Amino acid sequence: MSASPQSSYPSIIPPPRRGAVRGNVFHGKPVSSVLEVPLPAVDVVVPKVALDNISLSYTTSAKGRLIALDNISLEVKPGEFVCVVGPSGCGKSTLLHLIAGLQPQTSGTVLVDGKPVMGPGTDRILIFQELGLFPWLTVGGNVEFGMKMKNVPKAERKEKVEQYLRLVHLSKFRDSYIHQLSGGMRQRVALARALATGPDVLLMDEPFAALDAQTRDLLHDELERIWSETGCTIIFVTHNVREAARLGDRVVLMTFRPGRVKEEFRVNLPRPRHMEHPDVTRMARTVLECLREEINKSLEAEYTK
Amino acid sequence: MKKLAKQFIFYSALIGIWALLAKLHIWPPYLFPPPWGVGHALWDGFADHSFWIGIAVTMKRMLIGYSLSVALGMVLGLGVSSSKFLEETVGGLLVSLQSLPSICWIPLAVLWFGLTEKAILFVVLMGSLLSVTIAMEDGRKQMPKIYGMAGRNLGASGFRLFWSVLLPASLPFIVNGMKQGWAFAWRSLIQAEMIFLSLGLGQLLMMGRDLSDMSQVLAVMILIICLGYLVDGLIFRTMERRLQQKYGLA
Repeated sequence: MSASPQSSYPSIIPPPRRGAVRGNVFHGKPVSSVLEVPLPAVDVVVPKVALDNISLSYTTSAKGRLIALDNISLEVKPGEFVCVVGPSGCGKSTLLHLIAGLQPQTSGTVLVDGKPVMGPGTDRILIFQELGLFPWLTVGGNVEFGMKMKNVPKAERKEKVEQYLRLVHLSKFRDSYIHQLSGGMRQRVALARALATGPDVLLMDEPFAALDAQTRDLLHDELERIWSETGCTIIFVTHNVREAARLGDRVVLMTFRPGRVKEEFRVNLPRPRHMEHPDVTRMARTVLECLREEINKSLEAEYTK
Repeated sequence: MKKLAKQFIFYSALIGIWALLAKLHIWPPYLFPPPWGVGHALWDGFADHSFWIGIAVTMKRMLIGYSLSVALGMVLGLGVSSSKFLEETVGGLLVSLQSLPSICWIPLAVLWFGLTEKAILFVVLMGSLLSVTIAMEDGRKQMPKIYGMAGRNLGASGFRLFWSVLLPASLPFIVNGMKQGWAFAWRSLIQAEMIFLSLGLGQLLMMGRDLSDMSQVLAVMILIICLGYLVDGLIFRTMERRLQQKYGLA
């Protein structure tokens, strides 16, 4: 295998596209170039993920029902990187669970490739906030798990484990156990485990929230690189607006209880981006101003309980 | 090393006080034998093979009865934890049965099986089955939900989800249940042996009583403590510690 990470995985993922091209994809007439398949017209493209009037409510007590999500509609194009921001408790994690098919919504439909989601599927992989890596398996065993469940032959599994561990720069740790790794390394294992099942859609639930700033910056670069190399669609939930502006093609802002889509921001900045870049900071500030009102509402709810 | 030294000093002092009290002849030696008397009884017991036979018989019963209770307890525990209906009915019954000391099963066992090996095994089984079952059930409930979700998310379902995710995820709890089951089985067995009088350590203990041989009574008691501690402290605790390390729990 070649030493360069850029050239070593073409067999498992589509050929790399350059970051610069990638960054411009959604500014003009984007979609056909993302799919790399000639499409009849931009308008006909089926969204990768479409939420159609999603609502979710719980029966809390005798008092009544808590509306967690209220009439959310959202379309995500193939290959798009969408960040969802909102105050804690706005139901952004729940949204990902619905798309992953781990939980049913009360009303509305989740469509993936135009087909309604009926349950979990390996075309959509969720990276949990707590990761949920299996401590009884080695790093390699974790990455292999999804392929094992899909009955991928052993030789192919072994090869792919190596390829994906190389992708996240963890080749040396294949035989380590999870507790032996640092927080940032665990994140990368979770990423490799998710990618190894070959998902079209990657759902990420505040994956970098618990990391220190340096590690997080590093993982942002890696995630951006991996995204551009795999061409998958990413829905990334965070409460950090700077992170959202740094990573997303689009930032979707949610309201606090009930969760609704309040505002959408298109981030027309070239990639690769940097957290400290003035344009990213400016974008983040715009989002934050809009978000502040919701944060205040969530704080009020916390203190007046 | 420091810990070992402390323990050595502690036990030496304990035996020293015991020897001193025996030397003072406050109580007659047939009621309060000196440490060397008990040492002698231990030596004799092993020399005439009666202790070896007792250990072998007891351990054999333990292995059979305990294996049975672990196997049955796991099945029962998984069953109870996987169905709301079973949990509310069978689960409640198990908890209430748990309050019954295992020695209370002896009359029933004698009437059903007579003074046989089967009766002893039955008492051991009933003594530890419930604690294994309850520990398994608890384990399934305490197991972090995230593993099941992550497993389903990665394409596991049905038996494979159980075998590759839920079972390993609850392994620390299973080992804990096995440990508790062992402790209960051990107590039940010795109790049963004391009443059934058919070889084993329990019988050696009662024989000491019948012969008014306090040295033998104490010697067998020490033997029971040592054997129990050996299995619990060495085997189970090592297993538990290793698992906790591997799972990042400790």
